[in-house]
Amino acid sequence: MADITLIEGVTMALARAMSEDEDVVILGEDVGVNGGVFRATAGLQAKFGAERVLDTPLAEVMIAGMSVGMAAQGIKPVAEAQFCGFSMPMVDQIMCHAGRMRNRTRGRLSCPMVLRFPSGGGIHAPEHHSESPEALFAHMPGIRVVTPSSPARAYGLLLASIRDPDPVIFMEPKRIYRWQKEHVEDDGEELPLDVCYVLREGTDITLVSWGAMIKETLAVAEQLKERGIHAEVIDVATISPLDMDTIAESVAKTGRCVIIQEAPRHCGVASEIAAGLADAGFTVYWPL
Amino acid sequence: MTHSATSFKVDYYQFIGVDGHPVPGVKVPAVAQDFDRLKKLYELMVKTRIFDKKAIALQRTGKLGTYASCLGHEAAHVAIGAAMREEDCFAPMYREYGAQFYRGVEMRDVLMYWGGDERGNDFKKAKHDFAWCVPIATQCLHAAGAALAFKLKNQPRVAVSVVGDGGSSKGDFLEAINAASAYQLPLVLVIVNNQWAISVPRKSQNSAATLAQKGIAGGLSSIQVDGNDLVACLWAMDEAIEAARSGQGASVIEMITYRLSDHTTADDASRYRPDDEVDAAWEREPMIRLRQYLTHQGIWNESLEQALHETAQAEVQASVDDYLAQVDTQPQPASAMFDYMFDSLPHDLAEQRAQAARFEDEGGQH
Repeated sequence: MADITLIEGVTMALARAMSEDEDVVILGEDVGVNGGVFRATAGLQAKFGAERVLDTPLAEVMIAGMSVGMAAQGIKPVAEAQFCGFSMPMVDQIMCHAGRMRNRTRGRLSCPMVLRFPSGGGIHAPEHHSESPEALFAHMPGIRVVTPSSPARAYGLLLASIRDPDPVIFMEPKRIYRWQKEHVEDDGEELPLDVCYVLREGTDITLVSWGAMIKETLAVAEQLKERGIHAEVIDVATISPLDMDTIAESVAKTGRCVIIQEAPRHCGVASEIAAGLADAGFTVYWPL
Repeated sequence: MTHSATSFKVDYYQFIGVDGHPVPGVKVPAVAQDFDRLKKLYELMVKTRIFDKKAIALQRTGKLGTYASCLGHEAAHVAIGAAMREEDCFAPMYREYGAQFYRGVEMRDVLMYWGGDERGNDFKKAKHDFAWCVPIATQCLHAAGAALAFKLKNQPRVAVSVVGDGGSSKGDFLEAINAASAYQLPLVLVIVNNQWAISVPRKSQNSAATLAQKGIAGGLSSIQVDGNDLVACLWAMDEAIEAARSGQGASVIEMITYRLSDHTTADDASRYRPDDEVDAAWEREPMIRLRQYLTHQGIWNESLEQALHETAQAEVQASVDDYLAQVDTQPQPASAMFDYMFDSLPHDLAEQRAQAARFEDEGGQH
């Protein structure tokens, strides 16, 4: 099989999940015939039918609220918000219901849904097409927040997210949707959630990032190598819950850490990681 | 104007008048003669009202955090529950106890919920029903999602949700109507219009003649009924649920009633609502009307009423005792706040859970 891009990894995972579980249903704006504005769902309606790849009315609250309802009643919805900015009307349903269904009912009901959306800037798109709201969703109890940074992790982490029995926000770094290609076997093998991925081992400094900024982070590591500095690169991958152990172990080894974040700094994920490092006994300098 | 693109009307149904007699000149539906059913529902209405009074008393004596009374809504609520099958799915707001009792939710569960204990949402029956839903109208979309799930799975099940007159102003309600129309969902949306959204009167929500017509705007069959006439509520629910189950699509039913109580025990309606309006509403309330109707029909009498009150009082008291015993002797440990967050506890919460448990073991208060 030919090498694939990150967005093709998304499509492949969706198709795999739908093939192996008939309760997996995709819904969103333009996800059907059009295959999504970025083509993440291209070909899926033709393959699985209009009842399993549902074009919705143009109503984001509806997409989120109905996903909650479907998920509690035996369907595994994989909903798409067309852009990160359009996930904002969904926040009420995600915060107040998706993350609380299991807790509120002492486990009687649950909410195994995935909300996917293209995230981050850098594609010369207008306002509301360029947000990085990972910290917002990571602050919500009961919600996992996952973001891949390669075709293989897009495939493996999305499969794991769909199979997970709890709600997952799956943020797709649209700037690197088509940045790199790699060989990804469509073998149905998921990658573990809740752990960081060490993309490159090093001894002198730890570089921590996630999503599209992994592209710059890896480039910096390469530049540092030319100067004789061996950087360890960590892809956080699951923003919430955060795998501080992997990060702290790396920093214990290298003695230095820089966190690279596209999102607004205040109350951000980088701040949380810095706090975790301080808690682990490291000295944190500000600004990050 | 060149032509009328469309026109619509909203029919209003009332079968049993305020005097407890069938409305003259109106063809009364068969359900008005189903005395076994009406009697059973009357009994549930009485029991619900006794429970309601007791719950308020519990709150006033510090044994319940807050409580949303259902006083005056009993006919609307029991009709909703009675029209549903066990396998159907109910997405309530937060005061439809009559509907829930019919579906097997226990009085103790209601008290636990309002006492702040999530175990009240762990229903032993109606296990697929949604929990109480405080963010207004959001439950309408859960019901729509449930209805879509039933449709996709080819299950002959119907989802029912309730919203108030205030809630009908929210986007979630309107998006549920729209979804029901787009996907031909087996869904019934009930607006229990009790005239007040806390302190804001019905007329301040909008200037439309009815709230039911919002359903028509979305392409749904929509009617208004007298929400204090059990026969009208039951007939409307039966019809709407049958239509939904047989693939004829969703409906909106606006039940016109009146909130005879404060919004919740945290509210004081005398701040914003004239007494004479409330006094007039008491003249239309649903229980006396139904009792009169059943008495006129020879189905009910004073000794049955007496016996019902005695058994209902005893049942309510037993539930209250059960609730208080559970609160006093079996509180949830602090660590329980983590136990149901996820199917399996992530490492960060496991760490926090251990901290909470340690704090408790060391004698910390929970």
